[in-house]
Formats: sequence, C-alpha cells, structure tokens
Amino acid sequence: MAADTAARDGEPLLAIDGLSIAIAGVDVVDGVSLTARAGRILAIVGESGCGKSLTALSILRLLPKAARIVAGTIDLEGTDLLGISDDALQGIRGNRASIIFQEPIASLNPLMRVGAQVEEALILHRGLSGKEARREAVAMLASVGIPDAERRARQYPFELSGGMCQRVMIAAALICRPRLLIADEPTTALDVTIQAQILDLMKRLRDDVGTSIVIITHDMGVVAEMADDVAVMYGGRVVESGTADTVFSAPAHPYTRLLLATVPRLDGHRKEILRTIEGMVPSVDQWPQGCRFRSRCPLESDICATRPLLSPADGAGHTAACWHADRVAELV
Amino acid sequence: MNAARPLLSVRDLRVHFPAHGSDKGVVKAVDGISFEVPVGRTVALVGESGCGKSTTAYGIIGLESVTSGSIIFDGREISRLDHQARRALATEMQIVFQDPSAALNPKMTIGESIAEPLIVQGWRKADWRKRVAELLDRVGLPTAYAERTPNALSGGQRQRVVIARALALSPKLLVLDEPVSALDVSIRSQILNLLMVLQKELGLAYLFISHDLSVVRHVADEVIVMYLGTVAERGETGVLFDHPRHPYTQALISAIPLPDPRAQRARERIILKGDLPSPFNPPAGCPFVSRCPIRIEPCDAIRPTLQPVETGTEAACLVRAPAAGPASLPAAPAKVLSA
Repeated sequence: MAADTAARDGEPLLAIDGLSIAIAGVDVVDGVSLTARAGRILAIVGESGCGKSLTALSILRLLPKAARIVAGTIDLEGTDLLGISDDALQGIRGNRASIIFQEPIASLNPLMRVGAQVEEALILHRGLSGKEARREAVAMLASVGIPDAERRARQYPFELSGGMCQRVMIAAALICRPRLLIADEPTTALDVTIQAQILDLMKRLRDDVGTSIVIITHDMGVVAEMADDVAVMYGGRVVESGTADTVFSAPAHPYTRLLLATVPRLDGHRKEILRTIEGMVPSVDQWPQGCRFRSRCPLESDICATRPLLSPADGAGHTAACWHADRVAELV
Repeated sequence: MNAARPLLSVRDLRVHFPAHGSDKGVVKAVDGISFEVPVGRTVALVGESGCGKSTTAYGIIGLESVTSGSIIFDGREISRLDHQARRALATEMQIVFQDPSAALNPKMTIGESIAEPLIVQGWRKADWRKRVAELLDRVGLPTAYAERTPNALSGGQRQRVVIARALALSPKLLVLDEPVSALDVSIRSQILNLLMVLQKELGLAYLFISHDLSVVRHVADEVIVMYLGTVAERGETGVLFDHPRHPYTQALISAIPLPDPRAQRARERIILKGDLPSPFNPPAGCPFVSRCPIRIEPCDAIRPTLQPVETGTEAACLVRAPAAGPASLPAAPAKVLSA
C-alpha cells in the first residue's frame, strides 16, 4: 500500500450505527452497526434477502420508496448522512462518496456518450470547464484500463462490453477521488476473467488513490480476494464481523462456518457429498424470534429464542452473534 | 454399467446464425466441436458468455438447428430428425435450465407441472399421480407439495421440481444448463448433492453447462473448455485442473477467487488483458490470440487443432500443444511476441 494512505489506515471513515430499515412494517434491516476504515476494504457478505444491499443503498440515501429508515445513524467523517439536507447530500454523492452497481449497463445513461458521464461529476462538484473535464475524464478512463480512451469516450454504452461499461462506472465514481466507494455486487454480472480484471483494478485504485471501499457480495471468493474486514449478514442483521483472515480461518458464527463449508473448493475432494445448510432462507415475514438463523442451525437450543448480540470472539475486533459461539468448531 | 460406452457422441458440431444488418455475415456460435458423454458420467462444458456452451446444449436437445456435424445418441443420428421424431426423443433426454422460476408455469400446480411430460406421452391420471408422488419423494420434497403452486416454494425447492419433471420419463441424459447459478449459496450444495445421488441411483449421464469452475471440478468426470465456439482444452477433470496447459484454461482457473484469503494472497494470478473478441469478427488464427499471454507469430494465421499434451489433456495451442509431424510449425522456435 502507498505510504500516504498507510498513515491514515484503520481510522474510522464511515460509521453505521444501529441502522434499521423497514418495508411494510417489517424490519428488513435490524440494528446494523458497521465501520469502514480509511484505506481498507470492508466486505458485507450474505445471501439474497439478508439486507446487505439495502444497507449499502441507505448510506447515500438511495433506498427504494417502499423502504424507510426507522432507526440509526450513518456518519461519514463527521457528516451525519441521514440528517443533512438533500442539497448537502447531493454535494457528497459522486464527490466524497460514490456507488457502483451490479449492472453497469443499467446504471449508465444510454443516450449519453460515456465520456460525458464521467465528466459530469467534475463539472458539477469541481466547477471545471468542459474542456478540462474532458481531459481529466479521458485520463481517468485510461487509468481504469480502457484502451484508446479518447475514442471510447465519444462512444455510447451500447458500443462497449459489460466489462468496459463497469470500468466506465468505476471511472465516473472515482473521478472526484472520493474517500469512499460503495460497490454493490460490482462483478456479479461479469465473466470470471473480466471479474478478475475489475477486482484487480479496484484494489489498485484503493492503493493509489487511498479510497476506502465497501463491497457488497454473496461470493465468499470475492470476499477472500478483496476484503480486509468482513461483516456477514443474515436475516437483516450482522451475525459476525472481523478481519477477513480471522473470519475465514476461525468463523465464530454457525452460519459463516457452514456457508464456507458448503462451497465446493478447488482443493476439495471431488464428487464427495457436500456439506449443506438445512432448509432455506426464510422470507422476511417468517424470521424466527431471537436468533434468525435458529431454524436452520444444528446448535439451536432454547436460549436461541432470545436475540444474541454481537459479542467478542477469538481474535482482535472479531465478534459473533451466537449463544453457542464456543461450540461452532463441532460443526465442521 | 459400461462406463466407456458413449451415450452421446458429438462430431464436428457447428451452429451458425445469420447476422442481421448490413454486413450479412454469420456468427459461428459453435464452430466444430466434438466430444462424447459416456453412460452414467458427467461431462462439463465450461467457458465465459458467448463461448457457445449453451448453444451446443441447445443444438443437442433440439432447441437450435444444427448447421453441420453429427449428433449420435444411443447409436442413432439425431441432428436432422423431424419434429415428431424429436418429440419421441424427449423420453430419453431432458434439460434443466438455470432459473427454476422461469421454468415453471405459475398457474399450474407442482403436480401438474411434473406430470406434463407424462400427459403428453399419454399417461392416465391414476398412473401419473402415482409417478408424481414417486418423483417428489426422489428429489426430496414432501408429496403434499403436488398441490402447491410454484410461488409457495423457495428457489431451491423449485429447482427440485424442475429436476423431478426432467426425470419424469426416465431419461438417460440430462442437460443441466447452469443448474445452481440462480440459487442462493446456502442452497447450491443441496442441489449438487441431489444431482450426484440421482446420477448414482439412476445411472444418468449429465451434460453439465457452467461458468462456475469450482462446481464443475466437484461434479464432472471430464471437462471441455470452450472459447469463441471452439474447444480450447479438454481432459479428465482432475488432470485438467491440476495441469491445465492451454493459457486460457490456466487464466480461467487462476481467476476463480478462492474462499480463503491466505491461499488467495499466496497464489499467482493470471489476469488476462482485454475482452472476448466480437463473434462477428473472430480472429483468423487462434480464437484466443487477442488475449493470449504466450502467443507467437503463427498464432495470428494458423487455427490450432486439439492435440494431446504430455500432462494428459488435449489442447488447441500452437505453443503448448504443437501438432505432431514436420511442417506444422517453423523449425526454429518462434519469437514470443508478448510474455
């Protein structure tokens, strides 16, 4: 990592505290607290319906209309993101904090040349002239690995591949050198060799620009590849968090442990019956009382009807929300 | 069971599509691929979007017309059957698609959906009801689910229903087109286990289409790596994953993120430059030439054919698997253009 970012490393940059989001009266995100630290990559991992994307969207107040924040605060370096005016927030989006999504082609304006979409934030936030903005946008497109950037800048999204469009999105998100980049499943729609390129690019930008990244994913491989810190979500709550090394080497929540064990591994025994997690993710209106993983957990007992809070597990800063965290090693 | 007897034998299969618009070319979605699927075995077609793996499957199952080549199923040529003969063949080969929600009629009960192929074949109600109960049981669902509609089921349960329907007529071959890709991670292993158990119990052959190499390594006996409508490399699964020789296979395997941060950091990654070439305008020589880290001059002009390599796979690569015999390559080692 570059020396200038190393100094700031580890300081809290984004703090989400006690965030709850309700849809139709159900708390689909329930008391989520997370910290993204300067110069580091935080992965929020979980399956569909776990609340990871809603959590990510809420940071820049991009929630769908049906979803409402009912509790909690989100603080970006001293700015209360949930309290400031829409105008003030507009000054932050694309400037101090940016977001990229899964489907680059759906996020880009199909009627606008891609160069102009990258320039937009510079003109808006930095007051650059069109000519200056154009020059910087082309340089940015080149630095995210778009060959022949000057010509590409004049093209429309449909003329570019999915991987190229995601690079354009990243260029637009990073053009103002944001302190924070939120990436919601940024490579899920891409082929694996293109995914490798994009993940590599994001890591390099973190190293060069010092941008902190919050990456949302369902893919444990992507987490292992990218993350310094991990928060595992299930049923709208964080069930485990810690450094990536700790969470992967000594998962302290049964869900994390089983999830890692169900994935076929490149070094595993072929054709063996795989470990499974019983049942399915319950729909949001059917979460059990207390621990929400209870209905699928082999360690379940009476105490699990009471909600377990995140408590320290082995390893610095490692926490898990499980009454039986001391017994998870029995599982796999 | 004779594991070596091919149930399905594909020879030099081509599926070309006319391109619309001004240039009037053809897209060679599948351009000369050959492989066999033995009885009771799993052969996987892998590759990225546009490589032709799904088109190959659709050609075999009869959902796309084949341009040329031969498809021999259980001893008979099936690539040019008429509609009726094709329909009769449905008793012997079935397909399972990626998204079970799109594959089930939301207005039909689960029982009706599973029974549909039986009804088409003229089964009486008393018989098909019994068969539906058997099938539900086989795929691990309560028989009472026959009365439910798909919206009452989870994604994993729906995929079990789709598998039950595919098994209704006791086929010999299942084409599995990304069968777990649309499912939640915690559900995938349940379905993979089910598929492995069914194969063992029923002696099914699988043609397994996937972009997920970890899954493919786990379930397949043989792997065929496709790139731009052609086979880049093929081999027995263990050998191919342990000793890939084609630079594309190597990049593909190295691009899979391992769910283990320490192992991931320790690993050497090959990051390919650039995108897949447009299928409208593929390279003249090796299809992989535009992204290949080890290409040499002749690769621009000569299309490599599959050749055995010493590590046990077959690869289409002039550098790693030069054809036997003189005159096929310049005598002197060619200059490596890009390392």
